[in-house]
Amino acid sequence: MTDTQQIAYIAAQAADARVNVELETEGMTLNIGPQHPATHGTLRIIVRLDGERVVAAEPVMGYMHRGYEKLAEVRTYPQVTTLVNRIDWLGSFANEVPFILAAERLMEVEAPPRARWIRTALFELSRIANVILFLGDMAVQLGAVTPVFFAFRDREFVLNQIEAVTGGRFHPNFDRIGGLKDDLPKGWIEETRGVLARIRTFCDEMEDLVAGNEIFEARTRNIGVVPADIGLAYGLSGANIRASGVDWDLRRDSDMGLAHRELDWKVWTHPDGDSFARYWVRLQEVREACTIVEQCLDGIPSGPVMAKVPRIIKVPAGEAYVETENPLGVMGYYIVSKGELVPYRVKIRSASFNNVSITPWLLEGVYVPDVISILASLYFILGDIDR
Amino acid sequence: MDTVDDVEAPTVDAARDALVSTLVEALGDGFVTGEVHPGVDVWVRVTADSWLAAGVALHDRCGMSYFNFLSAIDWKPSPYGRDMDAQVDGPEVSEPGPMEWGTTGGETRFQVLARVHDPVSGLGITVKADLPDDRPEVDSWIPAYAGADWHEREAWEMFGINFRGHPNQVHLYLPGAFEGNPLRKDYPLLARRIKPWPGIVDVELMPGDDEASEEGDDA
Amino acid sequence: MGLVENGKLPKPLTALLNVSRKYSLWVYQWGLACCAIEMGAAFASPRYDVMRLGVIPFPASPRQADLVVVSGTVTDKMAPAVKRLYEQMPDPKYVISMGSCANCGGPYWDSYSVTKGVDQIIPVDVYVPGCPPRPEALLEGIVLLQERIRSEDMGERWNGDPIVVS
Repeated sequence: MTDTQQIAYIAAQAADARVNVELETEGMTLNIGPQHPATHGTLRIIVRLDGERVVAAEPVMGYMHRGYEKLAEVRTYPQVTTLVNRIDWLGSFANEVPFILAAERLMEVEAPPRARWIRTALFELSRIANVILFLGDMAVQLGAVTPVFFAFRDREFVLNQIEAVTGGRFHPNFDRIGGLKDDLPKGWIEETRGVLARIRTFCDEMEDLVAGNEIFEARTRNIGVVPADIGLAYGLSGANIRASGVDWDLRRDSDMGLAHRELDWKVWTHPDGDSFARYWVRLQEVREACTIVEQCLDGIPSGPVMAKVPRIIKVPAGEAYVETENPLGVMGYYIVSKGELVPYRVKIRSASFNNVSITPWLLEGVYVPDVISILASLYFILGDIDR
Repeated sequence: MDTVDDVEAPTVDAARDALVSTLVEALGDGFVTGEVHPGVDVWVRVTADSWLAAGVALHDRCGMSYFNFLSAIDWKPSPYGRDMDAQVDGPEVSEPGPMEWGTTGGETRFQVLARVHDPVSGLGITVKADLPDDRPEVDSWIPAYAGADWHEREAWEMFGINFRGHPNQVHLYLPGAFEGNPLRKDYPLLARRIKPWPGIVDVELMPGDDEASEEGDDA
Repeated sequence: MGLVENGKLPKPLTALLNVSRKYSLWVYQWGLACCAIEMGAAFASPRYDVMRLGVIPFPASPRQADLVVVSGTVTDKMAPAVKRLYEQMPDPKYVISMGSCANCGGPYWDSYSVTKGVDQIIPVDVYVPGCPPRPEALLEGIVLLQERIRSEDMGERWNGDPIVVS
């Protein structure tokens, strides 16, 4: 580079800087949503910007608020599962489990071993159905369209298996107080093994295609870092908190009433706490879920799938809180019963509500494109936030 | 209420008992009562004035670093008939009946409850506090747990409970013009008042049952 | 398309226009709840492949769309946005209401925050029942709508009754 060029370059830079100063604005308000692809649903986020940098972010919720807690007060216990299926609509079966377990605890009944094992298998299948969509969807948010086609393709196979057992692709409503509605259909176990093999292939594909992609790494590494203590104070759960290095999984660390503790599997954590870590942990969790389901298939004990429960279910007076490690994180139901047909009060502790409550803190100071990456990696489902 | 399996249930739960005694020590008169179901769960009830102190004590002294949820319960039964079901030909508004409280009892209509968790030991605890009937308000838990922010907005919206010191107590879910507090028991579901719901007594056959057998196997 | 709307076009030309409209439906996806995922499965998954029906699910904004699929629970808070979306679409425009919630409120018929059917806000052409409807059901709804477009007389378009997929 000659001196003249050098001087011209410096002059141009200076001119640019002057223009930038002149162009400095008072800031701008960007409204993402309420219907925006990046919010997978109807979350609206009002972001105040200074240039490309977010000064403050304010999520506006309630576009999907359907009043579950009030409606649960006017429905009988068996009817509530129909409703709560629809909270996290991607992993519907997993929503029923904690509610049923809480009611069972109050009624002092226990599901037979076979029912517990089938529940565990379906619980993990719904985790797979849920999280593989995330694995594809997060890539879409960052501009890669193909992975979501893969995700939808392979998800169909999982849904087929769930449908074969429960009769419902989406909302099984299969769990009953005291056990399950029905036994497994013939040949299901073998078919499921084939599906799990497909899912493992899908995970390998995603690892190559997405997690190993330079652009993906550039857009997610060191973006949206959640320190463990802050994550805990906001009540983050599931893969979001495990990606911050907190080794805590209710499936292993507490007695959820499912068969997880009798199986051999691993809880994955990641020390970084960034968007990439959250993606990576979920990817491993899908694989781990495949392992769990496989062991369930091998070990399902024989016997009845339903304990002896009264025909008309009245739950004795009392209070119980049961939480399970759902696909999105910790989901719990606090049930207050007065010994009637309907619950007196049901408090639904849904994972995404807490997971998203960190966004005002997390989005402060990031750049606009990172907003998308962070929101996608936190992975929420609107029904699970708004309830 | 006890554990499901009585054989394995320990009769003494040292860890949960220690938790309760730490709270008694930290709160003094602010501690009202505690209830431990060995091997299952623990509840404590504190006074409304020591609500925030209880949160701080749980966070700082009991290792309960994980915030689970915060909500409230309206203990005054609904005046709209049994189960709030549609009462087309029944009396319009019936006597709500006396208030009955759940675990750890209660004294007033509104109770706030919160649950926190210790991810290391795996223990969780439910804290409750009675709110004065004339002005249902309590200190915000945000100084103890940052995550309480949205939960308190929700409780404010759904129950009309005022959280002192909350920085942004505005509607969370409902449109700004919405009136009423839906989760209060005296908030009617208008659709149900108009249209009867036949589903309240539906009974489903269990696997293995044949259609005709045992119609009234009630408990 | 002003001529068509006035019903002043010769019949063969109308038929030609209708066929071309039928096979180039740009559909805007107004995915709200659970049904949005089944709609996604219908529109984005290789198994159902909606494009073979001549439906293009990629308009960037409602201003480019001929058809909107309202899939999921419409809440009272969401209702103004749905209405505005509909108003932004250019005529002739069609609406498919997908799922029980959008049809009538569905499982939330007694909720305090849910609009009991999107047809209280905007006119609906096809109702697809189900909770959620399978992707095949949505495809059938689209096919029925295409039948209707094909035999449509633009002048009488607004008098048409809704189609229910059974």
